[in-house]
Amino acid sequence: MWRTLTLFFHQLASPPHFYRWSGLFAPWFAAVALVLITIGLYGGLLLAPPDYQQGEAFRIIYVHVPSAYLSMLSYVLMATAAAVGFIWRIKLAHAVAVSTAPIGASFTFLALVTGALWGKPMWGTYWQWGDARLVSELVLLFLFLGYMALHAAFEEQERGDRMSAVLAVVGVVNVPIIHYSVVWWATLHQGPSITENAISGAMLWPLLVMIAGYTFCFGWLLLLQLRSEVLEREAGARWTQRVLEASP
Amino acid sequence: MSEFFNMGGYGYYVWSSFGLSFLVIVLNIWWAYARSTRVKRRLSGRVEQPEPVRPTVRQVQ
Repeated sequence: MWRTLTLFFHQLASPPHFYRWSGLFAPWFAAVALVLITIGLYGGLLLAPPDYQQGEAFRIIYVHVPSAYLSMLSYVLMATAAAVGFIWRIKLAHAVAVSTAPIGASFTFLALVTGALWGKPMWGTYWQWGDARLVSELVLLFLFLGYMALHAAFEEQERGDRMSAVLAVVGVVNVPIIHYSVVWWATLHQGPSITENAISGAMLWPLLVMIAGYTFCFGWLLLLQLRSEVLEREAGARWTQRVLEASP
Repeated sequence: MSEFFNMGGYGYYVWSSFGLSFLVIVLNIWWAYARSTRVKRRLSGRVEQPEPVRPTVRQVQ
C-alpha cells in the first residue's frame, strides 16, 4: 500500500508524466470554470436582491471576494511548493512555485483594485493606509513581485529556485495576518461575510459558485503555465523533443 | 434594461470592477497561450541537445 502510494507520487512528480496528464485535464478545468462563472454571474447580477445597506454596489463582492480568496490560496500554494522543492529537491515543485507567482500576483492586484472600487462609494475613499486588511493585502502583492524579481535575479536556475523559496516561505506569515486583520483590528474593512456576518442564501450561493469557478480558472491557468515551465526546464530531455515533434 | 446598467447609481464602480476582472483573466489566458507557443517554437529548434542547457550548481562548483 505504502509502496503504491509513493510510486504514485513519484510518477505524478515526474515531468513527462505530469505533461501527459495535465494535457488531458486542462480543458476540463476550463470548461468547469466557464460553466460555474456563467452561473455565478447570472445569480450575482440578476437573481440576488440588492443589499439593504449597500444597494446594488454590494454586487462587487462577486468579483472581489473570489480574487481575494485566490490571492491567499495561491500564496499558500506557492510557499508550500517552494518548501517541498527546497527540502526534497523535487524539480516539479519549484516549477509549481514559479508558475503560481504571476497568476497569484494578478489576482492580488484584482482584489486590491476591486476593493478600492467598492471602498469609494461605501467608505468615501479608494484607499486607507490605516486599514490593516488593505495594507496586508498590498504586502502580499509585493511578496509575489519580490519572489518573481528575486527568482529572475539568479543566472543559475537551481540557485534562484532555492533562494526565492526562502522568501516565499518567510512571507507566508502574512497570510494569517490578512485573514484575521478584520478581527484583530476592526478598522474600515468589514468583517468576514461567509462565516460570521451570515449573508442570506440568495446572496450567498452565487458567491460560493463564483469562488469555485475562479478556483477552477486558476487551476487551468496554472496548468497551462506549468506546462510551458516544465518544457523550458526539461529542454534537451528526450521526452521533451518527442512532445515537440508530436505537437509543434 | 438601463436600470440594470445603472446599478442604482453605482454603475461606474460595479461595471469597472467586473470589467477589470474580466480583462485581467483574459490577459492571463492570452499570456499563457502566447508563452506556450513561444516556448515550443524556441525549443523545437534545439533537437540535437543531449544535456540540459542550463548549468546546475554542481557543474559550476
